[in-house]
Amino acid sequence: MPGLLRFSTAGSVDDGKSTLIGRLLYDSKGVYEDQLASVVKASANTSGGGGGGKIDLALLTDGLRAEREQGITIDVAYRYFSTPKRKFIIADTPGHEQYTRNMATGASTADLTIILIDARNGVLQQSRRHAFIANLLGIPHFVVAVNKMDLVGFDQAVYDKIREEFTGFMERIGAPAPLFIPISARDGDNVVTKSERTPWYSGPALLPYLEDLGEDAGSEKKPGRFPVQYVLRPNLDFRGYAGQIAAGTFRKGDLVLALPARRHSRIERIVTYDGDLEEAAAPHSVTLCLADEIDISRGDMIVPALAAPHVARRFKADIVWMNAKALEPGRSYFIKHTSHQVRAMVRLIHHRTDVNTLAQVHASKLELNEIGQISVETHRPLFFDPYNDNRVTGAFIVIDPLSNETLGAGMIRDVEGAEETRGQVTAADREARFGHRPAVIAVDDSEAALLLERELFDRGALTAVSDLKADAAATLALAKAAGMILIVTGEPPAGSLDARKMATHEAVALLERRAMLMGHEDQLQAGEGI
Amino acid sequence: MDHLDLLEAESIQIIREVAAEFSNPVMLYSIGKDSSCMVRLAQKAFFPGKIPFPLLHVDTTYKFREMIEFRDSYTKSIGAKLIVHTNRQAIDEGANPIKLGTQKCCSLLKTRALLDALEAGGYDAAFGGARRDEEKSRAKERVYSFRDEFGQWDPKNQRPELWNVYNSRVDKGQHIRVFPLSNWTELDVWQYIQRENIPIVPMYFAKPRPMVVRGGSLVSAEQDFMLLPGEKTEMVMCRMRSLGCSPCTGAIRSEADTLEKIIDEMKLVRRSERENRVIDHDQEGSMELKKREGYF
Repeated sequence: MPGLLRFSTAGSVDDGKSTLIGRLLYDSKGVYEDQLASVVKASANTSGGGGGGKIDLALLTDGLRAEREQGITIDVAYRYFSTPKRKFIIADTPGHEQYTRNMATGASTADLTIILIDARNGVLQQSRRHAFIANLLGIPHFVVAVNKMDLVGFDQAVYDKIREEFTGFMERIGAPAPLFIPISARDGDNVVTKSERTPWYSGPALLPYLEDLGEDAGSEKKPGRFPVQYVLRPNLDFRGYAGQIAAGTFRKGDLVLALPARRHSRIERIVTYDGDLEEAAAPHSVTLCLADEIDISRGDMIVPALAAPHVARRFKADIVWMNAKALEPGRSYFIKHTSHQVRAMVRLIHHRTDVNTLAQVHASKLELNEIGQISVETHRPLFFDPYNDNRVTGAFIVIDPLSNETLGAGMIRDVEGAEETRGQVTAADREARFGHRPAVIAVDDSEAALLLERELFDRGALTAVSDLKADAAATLALAKAAGMILIVTGEPPAGSLDARKMATHEAVALLERRAMLMGHEDQLQAGEGI
Repeated sequence: MDHLDLLEAESIQIIREVAAEFSNPVMLYSIGKDSSCMVRLAQKAFFPGKIPFPLLHVDTTYKFREMIEFRDSYTKSIGAKLIVHTNRQAIDEGANPIKLGTQKCCSLLKTRALLDALEAGGYDAAFGGARRDEEKSRAKERVYSFRDEFGQWDPKNQRPELWNVYNSRVDKGQHIRVFPLSNWTELDVWQYIQRENIPIVPMYFAKPRPMVVRGGSLVSAEQDFMLLPGEKTEMVMCRMRSLGCSPCTGAIRSEADTLEKIIDEMKLVRRSERENRVIDHDQEGSMELKKREGYF
C-alpha cells in the first residue's frame, strides 16, 4: 500500500461538505453499522442538513454536542478511511469566516484540499476564502467539487460557468490549477464511480483520483534538514541526536554542519530501534551520531555542509491570527519553530489581506481570523527556509507569554536585513583570522613606523600606519575595532604600546612575548601578563 | 515509506517533543493493544536509552486477571517503571458498576482516580493511547489536549494545532494530555502489532470462554461475576476487541485466534470496537461529557 493522503475540506453544511465526507466514509465502508445506527437515531432529532427521507450523512462527522444541536461544524474533525489502494486522513473544517483559524489548522498538514461549491449558488465568498487560505498554507493539490448537480439537472452550462469563474480566481491568487468534478454527494454521482448522469464530463470520479494521486517526490531530494529534538545520552559511550528529518536524505559519512555552532562533522551512525541505517529520508524519525564531539542541543539543526538554510533573526512572514487578543507590533511573543522556542517581537505589519476581496489594506493590528504580512525579529537566530520551499522549516506558531495560548500561525516568506549566515563578526573571529589581537603602537618617526609595519606585515599581521591628527581617537577606535595593529607616529595615545625607544625587532619581540602574535605561545613567560 | 512507517515517524516525533519540553511526563498504560503499541513507540523514540518517564496504570480493581498478569510481566521485561494507582477509598466504600451504575462508577474509579494520580505525581503531561477514529468527540481532540487546574477539557476552546508544531506551555497545576496515536485507526494498530511482533494480552485471541449473554452483549463470567436472575453461563468461542473493566467489557463471537485472523476479521467487521463498551452509550454524547470532566 502506498503512503497516506491527507486532505482537507471546507464549506458549510449547505455546501454538502459533511454529506460528501459521510458519503466517502459510507461508500468505502469507513463507517460502522452501530455508528450509522446512532446517526439514524439522531437524524430524527435534528432539523438541519440531510436529504429528504434519507440518512443524514452529515451527522456522521459533526461530533460535538453543540454542533449537532446547531447543525454546524465548529472545529476541525479528523476522519479516517482506507480503500484497498490507500489510507486517507480527512481534516474536516468549518467554512464560516469566524472559523478561519480552524480552516488554516486543517490545511496545515494537508496534501490536497477539496473545495465544495453548491451548483445552485455558484462561487461564494466562502469558496474563495477557503482557496486563499489553502494556498497560503501551501497545499499543493486542489479539487473543486461542484456539488448538488442533481438539483440543477446535471446541467453542463452551470458547471462550466463555475469552472471558468473559479479558474480565474485561482490564477489571480497564484494557486495550483485545480481539478473540477461535478458531483452529487447525496446520491453519490462521480464520488466513488463515474456517473452516467454526467456524460459530458470526461475526468475521473473523486475517490479514484484521490487514490491515484502521485506522492510528491520532491521532499527527499530537498536539502537535508534535521531539527534536533532530544539529545540521547544513555551512557558515556553514546551520544545521539534524536529528531524527525524535516527534508532531504541523510547518509552515513555525509559531511554535515551543526547550527548555530557552525561546526562541521560527519554522520557516523544513523540509529533506530530496528538497527542502524545507511541512509534515512524525510519524514523518518531517527537518531544521528556524529564523528566529532560537538556541543549540540535541542533546537539546534543538523544540515548538509554545503546546503545550509537561512540563519537570521529578521524575516517577513504571512500570518493567520487566531486569538481574540489582537496582534500588535512591538509586543513580545514566543515563537515555536521546529524544535526551537524563542522570544520574538513583531516589528511591523506590512498589510492585512481582506480574504474576501484580496485587497491588501493598511492595518495597525490583526484581529481574530485576520490574515496579514508582518516583519518579525527574534532574540536568537532561527534556521529556516521559505515556507514555499519547506513546509516544516518555514512554519512557526506564535504563543502568548502570559496566557500560553497559541495566538497565530506563520509562514516565513523571506529573510529581512542581515543574514547571519556566518554570524556577526566578533573580536574572536578577527583574532582567529589575522592571528593577533588588535593594538595601537606609538613610534617616534614615520620611517621607523614603516619598518615596524614591514616586520609585522611579513608575519602575517593586518597593519596600517597612521599619522596622528586631531581626530585621532576616532581613527584609533576604528582600527582596533577592525582587529588591526595600528602604528601611529607623533604623541602616543593612552593605552598604546610605546615602541619609540625600541628597535623594530625589539618591538616585534615584545608583541610576540605578550602573545599578541600567534604561533609563539611557547615564548610566553610566566609573570608577563597580557 | 508505507502508511505504518509514516504513522510511526509522526508518533515518535510527538513522544520526543513531550519528553523534551515537559518537566514531568507520564505515560498512561491501560494494558490494551493501543497501550502496547504506544509503549513500543516510546521504546523506539529513546533507543538505545530506556523510556525516560514512568508508565501509570489506573487500576479500578475490576480489570481482568490476565490483564494484570500481563501488565506486571511485560513492563518488567522492558525495564519500564510502573506506577499503579487505585481510588482505594471508593473501593473500600464498595464502589462497583452494578451498585452505582456505570457512569458513577467510571467517574470515581477512573476519572477521579486518574486526576488524583496525576496530581499526586505532579505530572505536567500525560500520554494516552486514544485514537481519533474511536469515537466522534475524540475526532475533534487535539494531539496536545490542554486541561485546566481541574483536569477539564473545553472542546469549544481548544488551542489551534498546526503542522507538527505543538504548544507545550502550561502554568502550574495545568497539564496536557497527549495522544501520539491520534491518527492511527484500529486496523493500523493491529497491523503494527503484527509487523513489530508486539506482545499483547492473550484475551484478544479467540478461545472458548465461559460467557453470559446480557442485554445483547457477551459478558465474561470468569471473575468477580454476579449472575442476574435467569442468566446462565455458557462456553462461547469469542475474543475481546477492546479491554476494559470485566463487568463492562463485552466480547465478540470470533474464531480469530491469530493476528492474521484478527486483521482479516478487522477488514470485514462492520461494527465499531467501542460498541461493546457499555460506558460509551449511557447517554447521547456521553464520551464528550466524560472527557469534559477529565476522563481520557
